[in-house]
Amino acid sequence: MITFIQQFLNGLTIGSFYAFIALGYSLVYAIMKLINFAHGDLFALGSYVAYSFLVWSAAALASVLGLWGALVVAMVVAAISVAIAGLVMERVAYRPIYPAGRLPAVVSALGVSIFIENFIMLVWGPRYQAYRSSFVPVGYFQIGELRISVLQVVILISAVILLGFLYWLIERTTFGAAVRATAQDRETAALMGIDFRKVIRFVFTVGPALGAIAGVMVGLYYRQISFSMGWVYGLKAFVATILGGIGNIPGAMVGGILLGILEAMFAGYVSAAWKDVIVFLVLMLILIFRPRGLLGEKVAEKV
Amino acid sequence: MRDTLAKLQGKPSVRRAAVAAAVAVVIVFPFVTSRYWVDVAFYLGLYTLLGLSLNVILGEVGLFNLGHAAFWAFGAYTTAILNTRFDIPVLVLLPVSALATAGFAWLVTSPIIHLRGDYLCIVTIALGEIVRLTLNNDPGGITGGPNGIFGIDRPRIGPLVINTPTEFYFLVWVIVILCAWALLRLQNSRIGRAWNYIREDELAAEAMGVDVRSLKLLAFILGAGLAGVAGNLYAAKMMVVSPESFVFLESTIIFMIVLIGGMGSVPGTFLGALVVSLFPELFRPLAQYRMLIFGAALVAVMYFRPAGIWPRRRATFRSLRKETGKA
Repeated sequence: MITFIQQFLNGLTIGSFYAFIALGYSLVYAIMKLINFAHGDLFALGSYVAYSFLVWSAAALASVLGLWGALVVAMVVAAISVAIAGLVMERVAYRPIYPAGRLPAVVSALGVSIFIENFIMLVWGPRYQAYRSSFVPVGYFQIGELRISVLQVVILISAVILLGFLYWLIERTTFGAAVRATAQDRETAALMGIDFRKVIRFVFTVGPALGAIAGVMVGLYYRQISFSMGWVYGLKAFVATILGGIGNIPGAMVGGILLGILEAMFAGYVSAAWKDVIVFLVLMLILIFRPRGLLGEKVAEKV
Repeated sequence: MRDTLAKLQGKPSVRRAAVAAAVAVVIVFPFVTSRYWVDVAFYLGLYTLLGLSLNVILGEVGLFNLGHAAFWAFGAYTTAILNTRFDIPVLVLLPVSALATAGFAWLVTSPIIHLRGDYLCIVTIALGEIVRLTLNNDPGGITGGPNGIFGIDRPRIGPLVINTPTEFYFLVWVIVILCAWALLRLQNSRIGRAWNYIREDELAAEAMGVDVRSLKLLAFILGAGLAGVAGNLYAAKMMVVSPESFVFLESTIIFMIVLIGGMGSVPGTFLGALVVSLFPELFRPLAQYRMLIFGAALVAVMYFRPAGIWPRRRATFRSLRKETGKA
């Protein structure tokens, strides 16, 4: 039972990382109909930016704001820098190529992905970087035999708050309605006076920013980051996107959490080495039996 | 200028001369350059073959396959396992690997063949990862785990052992030229036309009675079979195979070869492979920056030539009439 709860909590934590990243994919896909292959690498970039920021200023900041304050500042810095990177990426690599069709856009996205990954490797080196123990909170709660780290609790709470906020923003506000309308039918939405550019700027700001926040959390949680980690996380987050229904915002959150729990349970009870294989098999099964995702509605193909 | 060039390209005599010149270059090349460049040319041939094999799937039918390294790996491991365990000669395993990989492709793509566009793309990525992780996890001790399998024999033709870079060079290029010839013939067949029809408008093709599902499967089977051949050649050349040779980046690179060259264009695939293979050689002085530049270059190519460097010319009524020589 203890193992079960422990694995469940681990799964929730990993799942919230996937949910954060999956939201970025889903938002961009909903608006642009493009798999943003560079998204995973933006996530890794966020992790590295926060790492450098903490190395540079953690001691000074912590003496003023405390450790938690310093971490919040680092997250904000990472989110803003990666959001800028996301906007630049959209301007340089997607907007000019988008009219040429889907395949050129996919190639461009892969190109950007290779570019960012190698950029990280050149700046921070090809070896693992470790988040120093001085900036990782160490406390934990002991309930019977169950041990839950403070960090895990904070990650889960902030995930609930941030995802809840985003849910409210997309599903309950006028601007959110504009985003959803654009996702459904870009041209009609434009005719209704929705500024398409604004919506694109929004998805390329919020998506990368959320990815960067996930990057910082992963760094704190595992303490070890590598330049190539964006690929694995990105791919699994994309699986989560499809699990929940591509282009469906609550779906991406649910898909992320479900995938995290599935992965943790499989790693805990069956085999850690095969957990990624299971994730990808689930993807194939979902696409064979419920191609619109668990929460997706059936949409007829337009002719 | 462009018009004259197009006219020249259209003339059968000019085209024949160009092909003859290209074949002559291939024959002479190893005798006028160094061992190093012959080796580079071997890999160029290998990637051309991989590009041609993906071109069947991606270029001719428009099926987004970003997991092509899985088929390449399957062919390489089939050769490696059967050769090291049962001592079957490597050249005998060439058709065996092709058939095994084609069968594997039939098995795994049958349930997903109805998926379209991005969905197919993501499933093939997953497929590539499943194959790589499985090889890495060493099920039943047959794939050798992360270290892979070593001690694969050299190919033999009677008493002749294919061993030197020049011999390998000729082996791969003979196969590449044969494949290119066969694929060009295929383009103008019923199958080739049906494939292009599916790529341009799947619904219309289906409405006209094209068996979309079978033809898509056929493309995967044929493409995977050719990738299996490339796997066999790769295993024979390296004498060792390991999962890290078949990572996602390899699938991406093969994808790029087809798209940089031009979808569905056989000469384009040659050009795409040339660009992708020469890229690391040209940027060797900037070794650590070259992948960075590669990424940026991909964006630039798609900006300036979204249809690829050498896109396939569309057959028009006029061009067909010229070719058949009727007024």
